[in-house]
Amino acid sequence: MRQKTTAVLSAAALVLGMAGTAQAGTLEDVQSRGVLRCVVSTGIAGFAQPDASGVWGGFDIDFCRATAAAVLGDAGKIEAVTSTGKTRFTKLNAGEGDVLWRNTTITFSRDVGVKLRFHGVNYYDGQGFMVKKSLGVSSASELDGASVCIQTGTTTELNLADYFSSNGMKYEPVTIETNDEARQNYEGDRCDVYTTDASGLASTRSALPDPDAHMVLPEIISKEPLGPATRHGDDQWSDIVTWVLNATITAEELGVTSSNVDEMKGSNNPEVRRLLGVDGSQGSELGLSNDWAYQIIKQVGNYGEIFERNIGVNTPLGIARGLNALWTDGGLIYSPPFR
Amino acid sequence: MIQPAPSTSNPLLRLWRNQESRGVIIQILTMVVLFAFMAAIARNVVINLEAVGKEFSFGFLLWPAAYDIGFSPFLEYTNQSTHLRAAVVGLLNTLLVAFWGCILATMLGFILGIMRLSSNWLVSKISYVYVEFLRNVPILIHILAIYSIVVTLLPPAKKAINVGADAFFLSNRGFYVPSPVFEDGATFVGIVILISITLVFFFKRWAHRTQDETGKIYPVLWISIAILIALPGIAFLATGAPLSWDIPVLKGFNFKGGMAIKPEFLALWLGLSMYTACFIAEIVRAGIVAVSHGQSEAAFALGLRPNRTLQLIIIPQALRVIVPPLCSQYLNLTKNSSLAIAIGYMDITATLGGISLMQTGKEMETMLIVMGVYLLISLLISAFMNWFNHRIKLTER
Repeated sequence: MRQKTTAVLSAAALVLGMAGTAQAGTLEDVQSRGVLRCVVSTGIAGFAQPDASGVWGGFDIDFCRATAAAVLGDAGKIEAVTSTGKTRFTKLNAGEGDVLWRNTTITFSRDVGVKLRFHGVNYYDGQGFMVKKSLGVSSASELDGASVCIQTGTTTELNLADYFSSNGMKYEPVTIETNDEARQNYEGDRCDVYTTDASGLASTRSALPDPDAHMVLPEIISKEPLGPATRHGDDQWSDIVTWVLNATITAEELGVTSSNVDEMKGSNNPEVRRLLGVDGSQGSELGLSNDWAYQIIKQVGNYGEIFERNIGVNTPLGIARGLNALWTDGGLIYSPPFR
Repeated sequence: MIQPAPSTSNPLLRLWRNQESRGVIIQILTMVVLFAFMAAIARNVVINLEAVGKEFSFGFLLWPAAYDIGFSPFLEYTNQSTHLRAAVVGLLNTLLVAFWGCILATMLGFILGIMRLSSNWLVSKISYVYVEFLRNVPILIHILAIYSIVVTLLPPAKKAINVGADAFFLSNRGFYVPSPVFEDGATFVGIVILISITLVFFFKRWAHRTQDETGKIYPVLWISIAILIALPGIAFLATGAPLSWDIPVLKGFNFKGGMAIKPEFLALWLGLSMYTACFIAEIVRAGIVAVSHGQSEAAFALGLRPNRTLQLIIIPQALRVIVPPLCSQYLNLTKNSSLAIAIGYMDITATLGGISLMQTGKEMETMLIVMGVYLLISLLISAFMNWFNHRIKLTER
């Protein structure tokens, strides 16, 4: 059990004092190491997955790369620390990773109980259900008595329990450790339904041999705001992660893209000039170089570019912006001003 | 032999040079270092937990668990039950698979071990190949492989194989069998069964004593079987057969009614048993080989038949060699059952050490409890096996 071993190792690290790194100074640690360690998933198509040559890519990975571009000036200097739903917080809290970009839902108990610091939302998601079309089911309310595959250690597990008991329905939970194992069980008909965040369903569906034989039911049974997390106790590092995310969003809002960022440096818009470090000293106030946001956009791109490249309508996942459009386009993606 | 210490004026040096006191000093020092190490660890834990702002407490055990468990054959459990109850459900599932695992592993192990000693080339080689193949592949791979086979090879619930009588169904959701429903009078039958077992017990003791005194041998096995079948049978008919069956029926997505052996349980149970059976087979073989050939020759010379020789001479002596290592195999099997989490069987590692840990963020507390539970189970198994070992040990007359 690799995952379990790492959980125990992380607990051991907590015992033996490595949690000392949970204190201030993450920025210095990362810069002296020269590599940013991101806690990511073990593989979700479009969000975080290694390609044939072992290089990680995806929506979450791009945000990890953006953080590396801001902190180290080089988006390539990342290390993916893989984690299951169960081991991710232990890994972060034990100092195995510097920041968590891993389809993680922001909840009260994680913020307060698990002692994490959340930094805003990079994807507004909600839990849905996927079934085989041959089952003849068109609504989640027809799922009484079904066997449901879920990933353990996730909020989906709790939403599912709530949804079924509040609707007076019964189900058989088939609890699985990773997305791939869950897919295997779903394909093998061990369960009728696979449930996870709608983005994860789109990702899983795109990886099935015949995606058209499966459908995502219309019901979304929960709010799943996904975002990055860091440990408690390092305000400077928290600020950096918060504003890396905000920089990608603001860049999209201001029309700054990876292809026009050099011209935009000469823009007359004062907010663009502040963002790109032409005017002001926002970078050095964060403890970074003044062109930190320029590096993010130049090397990785703005929010819209990251979205379309990895999970957008022209990818196998084919996810529309929907809730994840900018607030100016009727979505929820919104950044505080760079002022 | 204690060396006389060479005379010296320094009393400490004299103490050190004395072999006996030096031993004591070294032991004391080791203990001090060990305790200091443990104290440092404990202190570190407290400081680090405080640093991340986590309180060390077991209060979370009484919070509602909020998640569902798919397999809880003994306890009523809903998502409103506490984490403590979820832990108990997990513990019972661990014990269930460990118990049946030990039984199946022992049976398989004895058969394989005896096959291995067979003079028939094929029989002996089959056992040899089985043992060498299974014990040289990690157990996690076995469990995952069996699980994949069960899930992908068996048909889904709607196309379940009707094994017999429209009451037994095999599918990748489980093996569905009718479950007994007890009606009025079933308690009486139960009491009669208990009485028959007691009768058999006393009859065996009486037969044994009679044999010791007079040499007369009764067919104990056959008489026992007759008692065990006849008495409850008569009681069952006399009370008007107070038993009916709840037959599984396909309704909607799944079967309703009856009992099911879930594929997760099946895969874990078979995986653990088949793997551990290899080691038990080797232990059994060693135990039988360890009984000197002269023993059976002596028994034959006294006119004992071969099966009597096996029963009275070989097995009792072989058991003395077999039981102690058998105990550690039982411990291994029980601890390996924590691999359940890989296939989603909800044992204590998966409930308390998995989901509860995740939902409450109490890594240290849950892990301590899980460790304590495994320690306790292992110690109980050891205690039982020690008792059994003591019972069968050589009685010198």
